[in-house]
Amino acid sequence: MTTMTMAKALNAGLRRAMERERRVVLFGEDIGRLGGVFRVTDGLQKDFGEHRVIDAPLAESGIVGTSVGMAMRGFRPVVEIQFDGFVYPAFDQIVSQVAKTLRRTDGAVRMPLVIRIPYGGGIGAVEHHSESPEAYFVHTAGLRVLTPSDPQAAYLTIQQAIASDDPVIYLEPKRRYWDKGEVDLDADPFALSPWHARVLRPGDDVTVACYGPMVRTCLEAAEAADCSVEVIDLQSLSPLDIDVVAASVRRTGHLVVVHEASSTAGLGAEVAARVSEECFYSLEAPVLRVTGYDVPYPASRLEEHFLPDLDRVLDGVDRVRAF
Amino acid sequence: MVDGMLGSAVQLLTPEGERVADEDYDISLSNAELKGLYRDMVLVRRLDSEATALQRQGELGLWASSLGQEAAQVGSGRSLLPGDYAFPTYRDHGVTWSRGVPPLEVLAMFRGVSTGGWDPIALRCAIYTIVIGNQALHAVGYGMGAQLDGSSEAVIGYFGDGATDEGDVNEAFVFAADFNAPVVFFCQNNQWAISSPRERKNPAPLYERAAGFGFPGVRVDGNDILAVMAVTRAALERARSGGGPTLVEAYTYRMAAHTTSDDPTRYRHAEELEIWRLRDPIERLKVFLARQGIADRGYFDQIDREAADLAVMIRDGVRSMPEPPAETMFDHVYAEPHEQLERQRRWLVDYESSFTHEVSS
Repeated sequence: MTTMTMAKALNAGLRRAMERERRVVLFGEDIGRLGGVFRVTDGLQKDFGEHRVIDAPLAESGIVGTSVGMAMRGFRPVVEIQFDGFVYPAFDQIVSQVAKTLRRTDGAVRMPLVIRIPYGGGIGAVEHHSESPEAYFVHTAGLRVLTPSDPQAAYLTIQQAIASDDPVIYLEPKRRYWDKGEVDLDADPFALSPWHARVLRPGDDVTVACYGPMVRTCLEAAEAADCSVEVIDLQSLSPLDIDVVAASVRRTGHLVVVHEASSTAGLGAEVAARVSEECFYSLEAPVLRVTGYDVPYPASRLEEHFLPDLDRVLDGVDRVRAF
Repeated sequence: MVDGMLGSAVQLLTPEGERVADEDYDISLSNAELKGLYRDMVLVRRLDSEATALQRQGELGLWASSLGQEAAQVGSGRSLLPGDYAFPTYRDHGVTWSRGVPPLEVLAMFRGVSTGGWDPIALRCAIYTIVIGNQALHAVGYGMGAQLDGSSEAVIGYFGDGATDEGDVNEAFVFAADFNAPVVFFCQNNQWAISSPRERKNPAPLYERAAGFGFPGVRVDGNDILAVMAVTRAALERARSGGGPTLVEAYTYRMAAHTTSDDPTRYRHAEELEIWRLRDPIERLKVFLARQGIADRGYFDQIDREAADLAVMIRDGVRSMPEPPAETMFDHVYAEPHEQLERQRRWLVDYESSFTHEVSS
């Protein structure tokens, strides 16, 4: 076991994936010499060369569109989008081509792309640097969406995403980049499938489902709660592993879904609908959502009011129990 | 060089079928190759007219006609070597024909029984891209990959004059220039982006844009198949030998509607069509072949019979295309197993099989 930050764990995972498969190439803005604005690709260009860690022009649609072309040739491009709010120029290529090429070619052309996006708020950034765009991608058939919540998960799931023959939107919770955790660098990344939710803390009274940056917040809330809270890290937002959530709700009867993204048509809505389909009679209260509000991400001085924090999660737990 | 609207376009065969010289480009083709190009263009035109008719008869949902653009498409398509790779638009039936894509596989998407149609890897020709300009970036990425592989193949990316407005096409220029990608950008300027007239909107010549991105651009008479081949071959060779990208603007004309859903009488005059009818790409090669004694009446009649046979094959083939079973919509959404989709597939099959009586149409 080694103690390292999530950024370092991602770096180690990328390195392992590049050692394992020579068709893996990294492509993005400032990822080479600079090592990326969050240093996730630090040192990789030096060790693997400019032909495998490629600094791209400043054009997101171009980065993803040319990666589609490279994937058509059998490469496994790992794209870095610098910030969540800058992925939208590439949205057309992601939705129209990355997600649909396998279907459009009747299975002839696979799209083993990984699109890494640092996402979420909490770092006091200027606008367009704190967004949570996951629902757009979860809604798009043909994509898979993963988000790690701790260094060990990051180390394993980035390797699993790169090994997947499907395109993966890989959302990195940027405010957790510097969180440290124990990482087993010898762990076999293929021992477990990444497309599953994980029960991180067992509990009996309330189920809290969360992912990415909110996992740590929810674990801390569970610790502080005056009841027994089960915390589930969804991890795979598409496909969504609802069976683990439903199994938990069948025991607890209460569900709170927590995410930074706005509530309307977000992951919380999907989880609530699916749980009510799966285990309606086990629910003792309506599913509650603790999320960002339905506003554009606010100026950073206001973000602590926007983002769910420990108190808001506990408030959600109290309300779902008091129903 | 020719005068008039074509401006500085490279021309080797005048609309009257007269062979002329260009100071930069020339081409030498055998009689068999020249006759082959004529055959290609006649058959592609027949494929196109048959598909238009089939749409009118309700057998196709839509058709995008290539009428008038046969020289640009066949000339560039036949310039490719077997190992090269083409990224066509949805109108480039002459390109897919040149790459050996079976016509019925092209028609499958327009009939609505497929979202693609052919194997792009085996035929080294991407499937049609409907979203304007997306494929220009794919062509560049594919070329960058060829470069990383140390391969000497070239890539050709097709788009129209309308697509030059798109960010993706301009980003493709940037990436191709930055990485010196082995790509030929083949722009068919057919003068009309649906109802939007290219030169009235912006008279700046499209091929001149290449200079700003740092690579050469050349305008060719797109209805002159010899000039198209000469220019495209040179650009492909430049790409293969590490010279980087070239923009070829094939100056041509969309003789038909944008698609079968369009009504061009609302935005353009019939006189314009008359001018371009005199520049027809097939007619000028036919006159040249006849005058040079390369082909005679017997040959032209034989090709017409072949075209008629092709039309019958297309008609019968389209009408007898099997309807795909409903549950195939779940195929190839993901390459790896996806339990949720399997559940939905089973549900669909169970639901639809719960109806015991056929509904008469």
